[in-house]
Amino acid sequence: MSESIALLTIFVLAAFVGVEVISKVSSTLHTPLMSGANAIHGVILVGAIIVTGAAESTIVVIVGLLAVVLATVNMVGGFVVTDRMLEMFKGPAARKKELHK
Amino acid sequence: MIPTWAQIGYLVSAVCFIVALKALSSPRSARTGNLIGAAGAVLAVIITFAAYKPDHLVPILIALAIGTVGGVIGSRRVQMTQMPQLVALFNGVGGGAAALVALLELGDVPSDATVAAIATAFTILVGAISFSGSVVTFAKLQELMTTRPVTFPGLPVLFVASLLGGIALAVWLVSDPRVWVGVLLCLIGLAIGVMLVLPVGGADVPIVISLLNAFTGLTVAAGGYVLGNTVLLVAGTLVGAAGTLLTKLMADAMGRSVFNILFGAVRGGSTLGAGTASDRPVISGGPEDVAILLGYANKVIIVPGYGLAVAQAQHTLRDLVEELQSRGVKVDYAIHPVAGRMPGHMNVLLAEAQVPYEQLREMDDINGDFKTTDVVLVVGANDVVNPAARNTPSAPIYGMPILNADEAQRVIFLKRSMRPGFAGIENELLYDPRTTLLFGDARDSLTKLLAALKTV
Repeated sequence: MSESIALLTIFVLAAFVGVEVISKVSSTLHTPLMSGANAIHGVILVGAIIVTGAAESTIVVIVGLLAVVLATVNMVGGFVVTDRMLEMFKGPAARKKELHK
Repeated sequence: MIPTWAQIGYLVSAVCFIVALKALSSPRSARTGNLIGAAGAVLAVIITFAAYKPDHLVPILIALAIGTVGGVIGSRRVQMTQMPQLVALFNGVGGGAAALVALLELGDVPSDATVAAIATAFTILVGAISFSGSVVTFAKLQELMTTRPVTFPGLPVLFVASLLGGIALAVWLVSDPRVWVGVLLCLIGLAIGVMLVLPVGGADVPIVISLLNAFTGLTVAAGGYVLGNTVLLVAGTLVGAAGTLLTKLMADAMGRSVFNILFGAVRGGSTLGAGTASDRPVISGGPEDVAILLGYANKVIIVPGYGLAVAQAQHTLRDLVEELQSRGVKVDYAIHPVAGRMPGHMNVLLAEAQVPYEQLREMDDINGDFKTTDVVLVVGANDVVNPAARNTPSAPIYGMPILNADEAQRVIFLKRSMRPGFAGIENELLYDPRTTLLFGDARDSLTKLLAALKTV
């Protein structure tokens, strides 16, 4: 099996997994879910590091570093802000625990 | 070649992302899920450093530090009301990063690798669309520009021409991967992104964020294909697929099709609301009148909207509800799926004010209860109770499921002014003889209402 077919297989299977895992989400969590998914695609940072690390000309390094900064903002900011939102969704049990403190 | 241990590490990180998305679907597991996702992302970055041993290590680490500081400051400082803008912005920079990565990869795509060349062209074009589209979305939500649909006579023609031009350039790029063609493709993508979002009205902008989020996901997947990197491929595809489904779910909650949301204004018709305040007579009352209505009711439903959050009045509202409950009044919150400026936004805003989420009832669950309700208190909301969505086929929100506030005995609106809602449409319910308006800042009005309630 050639590498491109393997990658294509991964793509198709991942697409089904992506649809399947969120097919039963309640509208209560739409905002954090969107924000969390947003953070996950910040992993393009991996691509930005690979490209910058292999760069030979100065201009490529500069553009690559810009991509690293942008991708890091996406990834780090996305996860932190999602956590901030979810911190507020405490279940009844967690609230009770807080009252007893 | 990527070493085997790194491939396995990437697989672990991809599994983390799947688990994260799954866990984000339930309030109990969501926070843990998000942390698992973050751990997966950190793992992927560490593996990349170890496996690829990149040159320019110091500048890359500095860029990482700058991005981390920027991301943390941005996400710590933002207010919950501004969440949709921030998500749009983060999504835009992600798309921009993907486009830049693909642009830099152009030189390394072998001439016989057609699929890789197609994926590169796709990433450049769609990444640029996602970036500029997100920036316009941000400007609309932050109200740096008008929230109303912007169209001009030649827009549809120009849009289709740009789209065809973009595809032609992409084909050219596939057959002859030159950097300047890539730059041109990137520029045309930026123009398409702007033209895509400009005609979308304010109330529909959140759907566009979700759609652009899915776009960015797909560009990351395509970038992963080009680099032969499985973690990018899996993460990007997951977000692309999940984002597409989420966009559809949100559009369904608004009773609209995604196509109609994007191109409704371009196709013409009377999608533009009045936009100005009307001088038709309304019944307005003082805090004491409203307090009597509320205090002697048996059953009250609160309909909170974005205006509540803007006035930072969630805590005062909670106090008012507790006072009513102590008087034996049955009180529920009715949450429209798109209350706030993003689907699910109102739940986040009320959770911030420590309103227990069990008290928040979803639209389908509560809509049958309005008939037997004495008073509906609408705080800073408008479009979600606008009967035009049911009876006026020409209204832009026609077909959107609404809360049946008009079925209750009495309706009270707390409003700043007669200015129409985010969608810019007149609300007939405001002029109904059973409706009382209490004008003023929401927090101010609620504070006065609470004081008056204690005396009646």
